[in-house]
Amino acid sequence: MTFSYYPGCTLKTKAKELDGYARRSAQALGITLAELPEWQCCGGVYTTAKDEIATKLSSVRALEAAKKEGNALVTLCSACHNVIKQTKYALDTDDDMNFKVSNYMGIDAREACDTNVVHYLEMLRDVVGFDELKKKVVNPLTGRKIAAYYGCLLLRPGKTMQFDNPENPKIIEDFIRAIGATPVIYPMRNECCGAYVTLEDGEQAKKNSSAVWESAAGFGADCIITACPLCRYNLIKAESEIPVIYFTELLAEALGVK
Amino acid sequence: MQKIGVFVCHCGTNIAGTVDVKAVAEALGKEPGVVFSAEYPYMCSEAGQNLIKNAIKEYGLTGIVVCSCSPRMHEATFRKTAAAAGLNSYMVEIANIREQCSWIHKDIKVATEKAIVLGRTAIAKVALNAPLTASESPVVKRALVIGGGIAGIQTALDIADAGYEVDLVEKEPTIGGKMAQIDKTFPTLDCAACILTPKMVDCAQNEKIHIYAYSEVEKVKGFVGNFTVSIKKKARFVDETKCTGCGVCTEKCPQKKTPNLFNLGLDTRSAIYIPFAQAIPKVATIDADYCNMLKNGKCGVCSKVCAAGAIDYKQQDQIIEQQYGAIVVATGFNPIKLDGYDEFAYNESPDVVTSLELERLMNAAGPNGGTLLRPSDKTHPHTIVFVQCVGSRDTTDCGKPYCSKICCMYTAKHAMLIRDKYPDTEVYVFYIDVRTPGKNFDEFYRRAVEEYGVHYIKGMVGKVMPQPDGKLLVRGADLLMNEQILINADMVVLAAAIEPDKSARPLATMLTASMDTNDFFTEAHPKLRPVESPTAGIFLSGVCQGPKDIPETVAQASACAAKVIGLLAKDKLLSNPCVAHSDENLCNGCSSCEKVCPYGAITYVDKEFRMPDRTTKIRRVASVNAAVCQGCGACTVACPSGAMDLSGFSNKQIMAEVDAICR
Repeated sequence: MTFSYYPGCTLKTKAKELDGYARRSAQALGITLAELPEWQCCGGVYTTAKDEIATKLSSVRALEAAKKEGNALVTLCSACHNVIKQTKYALDTDDDMNFKVSNYMGIDAREACDTNVVHYLEMLRDVVGFDELKKKVVNPLTGRKIAAYYGCLLLRPGKTMQFDNPENPKIIEDFIRAIGATPVIYPMRNECCGAYVTLEDGEQAKKNSSAVWESAAGFGADCIITACPLCRYNLIKAESEIPVIYFTELLAEALGVK
Repeated sequence: MQKIGVFVCHCGTNIAGTVDVKAVAEALGKEPGVVFSAEYPYMCSEAGQNLIKNAIKEYGLTGIVVCSCSPRMHEATFRKTAAAAGLNSYMVEIANIREQCSWIHKDIKVATEKAIVLGRTAIAKVALNAPLTASESPVVKRALVIGGGIAGIQTALDIADAGYEVDLVEKEPTIGGKMAQIDKTFPTLDCAACILTPKMVDCAQNEKIHIYAYSEVEKVKGFVGNFTVSIKKKARFVDETKCTGCGVCTEKCPQKKTPNLFNLGLDTRSAIYIPFAQAIPKVATIDADYCNMLKNGKCGVCSKVCAAGAIDYKQQDQIIEQQYGAIVVATGFNPIKLDGYDEFAYNESPDVVTSLELERLMNAAGPNGGTLLRPSDKTHPHTIVFVQCVGSRDTTDCGKPYCSKICCMYTAKHAMLIRDKYPDTEVYVFYIDVRTPGKNFDEFYRRAVEEYGVHYIKGMVGKVMPQPDGKLLVRGADLLMNEQILINADMVVLAAAIEPDKSARPLATMLTASMDTNDFFTEAHPKLRPVESPTAGIFLSGVCQGPKDIPETVAQASACAAKVIGLLAKDKLLSNPCVAHSDENLCNGCSSCEKVCPYGAITYVDKEFRMPDRTTKIRRVASVNAAVCQGCGACTVACPSGAMDLSGFSNKQIMAEVDAICR
């Protein structure tokens, strides 16, 4: 099965391992991730602005390219996923936005971008299936107690992302079970790490991120996994006493391709 | 040709202020068929009515038009006036020149012109009126009350007191409903059981009341005064006539792991059980989902220990059919499921409970014998946070848009009781608004704040976070201080919204009684007929009609009983003669009318017709049950062949009215 793949800037720089393990694991699972040619930055968080189109255009181009290739678009970085999905939602539901983007790009944007945006985790759940994944695990992580850290970008806004129940998600916990480890449920798993506030007010971000890893550690987790480079950055900067790693690293380990 | 009289009312200055009533009377006097026309300051006064009566007699009027207020106000008055003068009361038409004319216009000329048009429209209609006679149907002197909570109990007791037979159907093994689960009641703090159980006993002892506990209504046929209802008595696997309620079976039953639903699953009970000590009827019931004997035939202990020989593992559901003159709906409510509110960690932590669960935790007959302990570790909670409006006044998909009305008061009650019994416990209440309309209610709430030192915080809780040490970290907004606050609590109590019982929707379908979008039964008039359904013979008692506290429920239950008694006191019912009828020669049996009829008054019958070539043919044609039809006219509009017509509002009359307006 082939998907168009959008890695995003961070995965080419600071979060190379998030990308690398994901590609190797996909291969082991019989999935082809075809990286979009000439992709651009998703637009960062600026796309959440509703009153202009410029920052949305790179996401529009990614969607359009995937549609041209006839594939669903797989994302990995939480922020990229959020931005591209929100852009798609805006085109689908906001006639004015669709009109402006269409005029600027000289395309029928809603039609040209009509492709599914799927996060890597959703691909594991809905395409591979956690039961199938379990069968393909060669190195089950038995006995490891792992805390899933969702952050906010994967889950919210709930209606747009349609990822999981924002108040009580379970997709990463199910993933942890599938690779043979034990999920640790802790209340801060869907709280914000502080995100870009770290640039303006490092103390605030540290406060947020500390609350997250302290809660996970308090409930007995050995390590925290995430899909978001920014979450990982903030948690490590807040001096997390337990390792914070990408979920793809554990996936690769379980599949024996690390 | 009719001889029509026209009577124009001034209504003081209500009409005469903007309508030239003399000009109206004069103009309408010239209409064809009008032989008498007059105006008078108050036509509804005795003198005004005498004017009408005298004119009817003197001029031999065959129809009258009163130009006055809305027919909702005085149509009945003028019909009686006409009848007193020997005129059929359906030969009266009202032209509404007040609400629809004088009150909404400022210009006298325009208003006068419009009043004349409205008057001549009524004249055109009355010219085609035919005398109508209301038919009669007998009334079965027995009432059915569905739901055995405090609403159903009160209604049943009041109807029985008036001397009529009442059947009380309750789906649970005992009557008592939600009130039986409540510990204390606001604003007097008297014990709920102490005031409820005497009424339950009264029901059991009253010769006129027949309790069908553990039973459900299966089917309803018929109409006001003459309903036929099938009641399913569910198998208890215990012979009610033999069981003495001694309780030996419940002690000896080896299957003790059955969730105790009366305690909302907070503890367990035996598979054979009596819900609570004061249950009525006090008869054991076997829970078929947990009984080893019923599941796999291995046990039979209860049957061996029962001295009365009441256990019957082969008992079957039983259907009882009975006739009733009136049906009372008292199906009550339930707290909503909190699945959509994961932010409060209700499913994560046993120490996050609903308010109804707290009632059981504080009740002497509850899981902890009346001592308030945390469900998780049975320790005494030192900090308790209450969250109000969980699901109430919430327009998201999982919530209810309405105010559940009772939560502010019971939360104040809980807070006060906890502070009274455990002064070392700090109590916080998060509220959006505190709503306390009701006798002695605001005084009660103020006592909680001022005398008992309950911390009321205006704002909402955003998240409840269970901590590794078992505490619950509550994060909320204090809107008055404009800051986020964190409270390290031992327990969190959620005031969940209330919603109508799930049995209400299918019951409404059976009764053809209307409901609103929240599944509350709709009353016939929101102010003036609050205890009757728009469907004749169906009455509403308690929360099934809308959120209510206990005093309000009891008041409404008695009001409902009064309406039922008023109906049952009649030997015969006079029905509204303005009902639909079908011209069988035009009807093509398409079912359009049946589908739109909100009252289920239309059925189809196969009837033999003589054809032009002297053969006969069976055709399916509509038949209207005049006793059920409410004369709404939906069918006359839906009928594609023009076969349906409404007496008193015939298609011909309506066209004549339209012609008169357009003339």
